[in-house]
Amino acid sequence: MAWEVVVGIETHAQLLTRSKAFSGASTAFGAAPNTQACAVDIALPGVLPVANRATVEHAIRFGLAIRAEIRRRSIYARKNYFYPDLPKGYQISQYEQPIVQGGELKIIVEGREKSIRLTRAHLEEDAGKSLHEDFHGLTGIDLNRAGTPLLEVVSEPDLRGAQEAVAYARALHALVVWIGICDGNMQEGSFRCDANVSVRRAGDANLGTRCEIKNLNSFRFMERAIEYEARRQIALIEDGGRVEQETRLYDPERDETRSMRTKEEAHDYRYFPDPDLLPLVVSEEDIEAIRRSLPELPAARRDRFAREYGLTPHEAGFVAASRAAADYFEALVKASGAEARLCANWQMGELAAALNQDEIEISKSKVPAKDLAGLLGRIADGTLSGKLAKEVFDAMWAGEGAADAIIEKRGLRQISDAGAIEKLVEEVLAANPKQVEDYRAGKEKAFNSLVGQVMKATKGKANPTQVTEILRRKLAR
Amino acid sequence: MSSLHNASVAELSAALAAGKVSSVELTRMFLDRIAGLNGELNAFITVDEARSLADARRADARRARGEGGPLAGIPLAHKDIFCTRGMLTTCGSKMLANFASPYDAHIVERFDQAGAVLLGKCNMDQFGMGSSSENSHFGPVRNPWDRRLVPGGSSGGSAAAVAARMAPAATGTDTGGSTRQPAALSGICGLRPTYGLVSRYGLIAFASSLDQAGPMAKSAADLALMMNVMAGFDPRDSTSLERPKEDYTRDLEPDLAGLRIGLPKEYFGEGIEPGVRGAVEEAVRWFETRGAALVALELPNTALAVPVYYVLAPAEASSNLARFDGVRYGHRAKDYDDLVDMYCRSRAEGFGAEVKRRILVGTFVLSHGYYDAYYLQAQKLRRLIARDFAEAFKRCDVILGPTAPTTAFAIGAKADDPVQMYLNDIFTIPAPLAGLPALSVPCGFDAKGLPVGLQLTGDCFSEARLLGVAHRYQQATDWHLRVPTETPL
Repeated sequence: MAWEVVVGIETHAQLLTRSKAFSGASTAFGAAPNTQACAVDIALPGVLPVANRATVEHAIRFGLAIRAEIRRRSIYARKNYFYPDLPKGYQISQYEQPIVQGGELKIIVEGREKSIRLTRAHLEEDAGKSLHEDFHGLTGIDLNRAGTPLLEVVSEPDLRGAQEAVAYARALHALVVWIGICDGNMQEGSFRCDANVSVRRAGDANLGTRCEIKNLNSFRFMERAIEYEARRQIALIEDGGRVEQETRLYDPERDETRSMRTKEEAHDYRYFPDPDLLPLVVSEEDIEAIRRSLPELPAARRDRFAREYGLTPHEAGFVAASRAAADYFEALVKASGAEARLCANWQMGELAAALNQDEIEISKSKVPAKDLAGLLGRIADGTLSGKLAKEVFDAMWAGEGAADAIIEKRGLRQISDAGAIEKLVEEVLAANPKQVEDYRAGKEKAFNSLVGQVMKATKGKANPTQVTEILRRKLAR
Repeated sequence: MSSLHNASVAELSAALAAGKVSSVELTRMFLDRIAGLNGELNAFITVDEARSLADARRADARRARGEGGPLAGIPLAHKDIFCTRGMLTTCGSKMLANFASPYDAHIVERFDQAGAVLLGKCNMDQFGMGSSSENSHFGPVRNPWDRRLVPGGSSGGSAAAVAARMAPAATGTDTGGSTRQPAALSGICGLRPTYGLVSRYGLIAFASSLDQAGPMAKSAADLALMMNVMAGFDPRDSTSLERPKEDYTRDLEPDLAGLRIGLPKEYFGEGIEPGVRGAVEEAVRWFETRGAALVALELPNTALAVPVYYVLAPAEASSNLARFDGVRYGHRAKDYDDLVDMYCRSRAEGFGAEVKRRILVGTFVLSHGYYDAYYLQAQKLRRLIARDFAEAFKRCDVILGPTAPTTAFAIGAKADDPVQMYLNDIFTIPAPLAGLPALSVPCGFDAKGLPVGLQLTGDCFSEARLLGVAHRYQQATDWHLRVPTETPL
């Protein structure tokens, strides 16, 4: 019996603002504990929240990018619960009337585009941090993060399986970074996902009971957690059991999810409109101004790359995976004068491998676009063979300088002088009468061997196309 | 000097300006009266003489340089609900009995900038919850007119301080009547401004959508002087209104002829003590003789105001008071087993019975499954109550009635019957639900010799008119000049 895994994702994206959601304190990461928590953040008696305009603009920017409805009037609400790192005893969020409603995000799974519906996106503030280590049985509280602005983005349960879920999370991550509302730093917690996972038998119209999986702080963990959770639920049902609605925590050490709290233990958050904050009203002018300031968006840029540069959907999706990658690609094409496909192949091949190897972002690449363009230019004009170009790239990555300098220093310039190659070929033919005989007797293998001899004699620098052509001509006689 | 403690703020300001008295002398005089009377009346929680006198010296120096407005050098007291740097801010509770605020409330700043002298912090029902000022961790406040009685609440310390001439004026807050009802029961004047006119920044929140700071003083003219300092936009309070600056003394002597006074039949129904009814009706007749037009009105949803208020205010309070958890400041229980136990014990010990009652009610009405039936329903009814007023103000300029159905009652008389206590606010609760300004001024005495308060309610931003109408009344009457006979010195 086939099973279908149904996933919806809730994402908390930390909004890129200088000050907090409802106070003037700094949002910078990494300061000494409790040095970036002002009177409002620590909830002194009598203090009041004031909404940060930049958070609203970011939410609108996001809403426009996913073609959602921007509510002209949305409501801040209080979500009430007690916890030591929640100083007010409530979190300011949006509940019944979020600023962004609906929308869609296009993802590419196995070269195929799929549209994922979004339920909503709303503004809220983060809590502080409880530090359970290093305090000898006590709990330390750091309120630097308290009040940091978040955009919570909720998808519909449109995702089928872990792979789609990860594709969605990556696309959402790329988008929020692309439009400049989030730095996307997952290590620092700027982009956090929870997954609602359920399973059902293929063809079943009803959704199964879902479990919410928390603590998915990397795409890899997300994939593994969903896969584990789906296996767990399927096994449970196949054994005649029932999935209970609950919140589960993913443990990457043991690669499993375990129950955190059941539905019965769930909080009653007693949401109600925050009387300290007026309804959030946005004007048409504000929305239009933000619309005009939006950059070309991922899907549009992907389509344009496919159209203008003749890339396959897969290639376009890869080089436009992030705004930085797309900018790199266009800079590379422009500066190198090389064919776009060659540029895409290099960005997807050598460059991506090197970036992965060293775990660095493309924006911080050791070989910037204009330098890589210098290298590709030498391939395009025949100076370098593909094989030698890879050697030059490795040297560039190692910091040995620009492509031309490395080519000169190592004497890697390709030999394309027809006279010189012809002379070499004659020498090789004279030295290898047996292979020549074999070839003429119809053994194609012997030809390859002869090419290899010529290349060997030039330490790989001879233009292989020319070598092949001259060799054939000579042997034909 | 001997009569100066009975002088109005306006008179004291004139005396300071003329150099007839210094702020230090005035401050010393009021500090002496506090020292003499506070033991019995318990109107103040904190007094800091050195600080008061330092404020006074600065004010005198300012006046000597020819600087400072009308309030420069005027001593006054703040309700202990306003955060005050360098001094305890207890909110009348054990929870904050040790709390020293690192910042000043907006209105504390404003009075400082105006050069006013802070005499001390006034006692109150803890967290503003009560109508008698009995619910204080620091003991009940006593009514200067009869020490066996309550002064009203929750700003009862402020009211008693002004009534007993321990301060010429004080600040209060009004969520459901807490400036007006104690003003009425203590024989002074109190104003609740339009919601949003005075910043709530630094006012320890009880019910955010209703809380408003207001002045308390001996005359309407003094309330106007104080409003000139208190009102104004504050970007730190998102509900603060951005409006042009207003002079609240600009229209103190309006022509009463043709003034349309609305008399809601609901404000003159059953349950009003005869002494209160008599005094208020006499005031109505006075206005009539001055040419005012009396307009019979109905405010049909008046009876819903108390139940609506006792859903909404506790709902907001249950959330506002969640921050008092013993984690960062305030009371923390000595012994506890774990985190939840620390919360429970700290809050059980730190909050009084009335505060707990309201937190319980508020938590209940916001709970899953009850929200629609209580909170949402109350919000709808709140709009109906506001609509009643909007309809009424098409037909009249001010609405007149008693501030409270009774005069001051005995300490302990209603302490065990919260509903009876709540009903004492039946006439003061509607205006806050509609966000409207209202004031209370003395209008006579009952057979027991206790003061009666007259309430005037106006449309949004009609403070200047309300103050003018009240001032006209006070030019012709001397109820506000009567001094409690039990007040010595």
